[in-house]
Amino acid sequence: MRVRALAIRIIRQFVRDKRTLALLFLAPLLILGLMKLVFNGQDMQLEIGAVQLPPAIAERLASNEANVTVYADPAAAEQALKEGELHAVLQLRDGVPAITLEGSDPAISKAVQLMLQRTLQSEAPTAIQPSITYLHGNENMAAFDSFGPVLIGFFSFFFVFMLAGVSFLRERTGGTLERLLATPIRRWEVVLGYLSGFGLFTLLQAALIAWFSIDVLGLYMDGSIWLVLLMNLLLSLTALTLGTLLSSFASNEFQIIQFIPLVVVPQVFFSGLFSLESMTPWLQKLSYFMPLYYGADAMRGIMLRGEGWPDIQWNVGILLGLSLLFALLNVLALRKHRAI
Amino acid sequence: MTLTTSPHSHAAVVLQGIIRKFGKRTVLDGITLTIQRGELFGLLGPSGSGKTTLVKLITGIDSADGGTVHMLGQQMPRLSMLQRFGYMAQSDALYNDLTALQNLQFFAALYGLKGRQAMERINGAMEIVSLLPHLHKPVAAYSGGMKRRLSLAISLLHEPELLVLDEPTVGIDPVLRQSIWRELGAMRERGTTIILTTHVMDEADKCDRLALIREGKLTAVDTPEALKARTGSGTIEEAFIRLGEGEAR
Repeated sequence: MRVRALAIRIIRQFVRDKRTLALLFLAPLLILGLMKLVFNGQDMQLEIGAVQLPPAIAERLASNEANVTVYADPAAAEQALKEGELHAVLQLRDGVPAITLEGSDPAISKAVQLMLQRTLQSEAPTAIQPSITYLHGNENMAAFDSFGPVLIGFFSFFFVFMLAGVSFLRERTGGTLERLLATPIRRWEVVLGYLSGFGLFTLLQAALIAWFSIDVLGLYMDGSIWLVLLMNLLLSLTALTLGTLLSSFASNEFQIIQFIPLVVVPQVFFSGLFSLESMTPWLQKLSYFMPLYYGADAMRGIMLRGEGWPDIQWNVGILLGLSLLFALLNVLALRKHRAI
Repeated sequence: MTLTTSPHSHAAVVLQGIIRKFGKRTVLDGITLTIQRGELFGLLGPSGSGKTTLVKLITGIDSADGGTVHMLGQQMPRLSMLQRFGYMAQSDALYNDLTALQNLQFFAALYGLKGRQAMERINGAMEIVSLLPHLHKPVAAYSGGMKRRLSLAISLLHEPELLVLDEPTVGIDPVLRQSIWRELGAMRERGTTIILTTHVMDEADKCDRLALIREGKLTAVDTPEALKARTGSGTIEEAFIRLGEGEAR
């Protein structure tokens, strides 16, 4: 009864606050859409300067999707490299190929090296070409497909965390929490009321983000949409309980913002956007304390590898457990505001 | 300092040796006080004297470091007692983005009022503070005085036998202040016990009895007339200052 009253009040406040609604529902879509555009751009054209190269090699270079400019004078090529017109200069010094890289972007440097190696190797008689098959995914999969599932989880987490934190804080600073606690409402009813009121919008948001990423942005999807929704909802639930809990330790909106570098950003590092396997082992273990890790790990499994319930049940259990823990701690934290 | 001692059953609130500390600072120091049922009781003191802390202890929102609080015969803090008193804090504590009705409906539901009964009580409470014509307006469109009255209406919703009001007339124009006092008077006629804090001396004159608080200590408890007579002063303000000097000596 009281839980329902609290949930209804939160829903009414939300409906009247169009801007917050927009932030919750449209902002993640906008950012995901932008991400897709940014990461699914065209393949880059590598600009290579060729100095006194045998024409055969220069031709092969051009056929390897590089723009080749031929220079007679090494100094002119170097000048072009300096001015940023070229990514690399290839020349023969005493019959040995030498590459000068522009070098400020490691990704481009690697791409150039790879391309040049391929070109120079193919001078040798063609080796046996292995046939390639994919266990998961396919040759058309782009980088965005690979970290898209992590982004879905992250945006659900981030926006819900902010909103829950700020609105619970407002309740406190506006004095309404004190008034609320001067009624016969129990502390757990306050927490549960908040969970159910916000939960409704969280559910809608999680569904909207998942649908938009998969059906509109065409993110690679090999598993069950229901499991994706479940994981997304659980992540939002964790964000909701963590946000309201942490707002007890903030005394104004700005201090909620201060939690972002402390609580949200580290989770991004351990969410799978950056390869965990290349981290120092002790650092890897930190990921076990990050809710986003469990959510993103399961979302990736479902969407990229088509994992089912048996593969993700641990992640579900841990996220549920974390949510429960945060909610219970919040019930305790409310003691600060009412002795009983 | 004279204290009225009477059986707990007739008392609305009994405080015994209340001590409250925030860190090393003692905010309330040994407050012993009995407030009778049906009284309009004023807690008078300058800001920072501990009035709000005392009110929070009476309502059980806060708990004391020493001493006991009894409300209507029950030891506080106790969850079930929250149903029996109405509380209005210093801040208006309203949801500005909702309408007055939505605010009232929310708090009515928290007090367990349902359906027709809730609607009757909402209309009744808004009638008392003469805000009924503005029931459907968003609170954001209310003036400061209207918010204060709405806040009072919310504390009246469940027809409590005891009203605890923290600075009910602060920041309110004289006309409105008078109308709030009229309402408080009418409620007392109906048998409601009212405890309020104030630092406005001329308001204190309207209370049945007064407790003067200074730096966390009770300097006197009596009727306004007796306080004035005892100190030989013409106004409560003078009486307050003289009693304070006596304590400081």
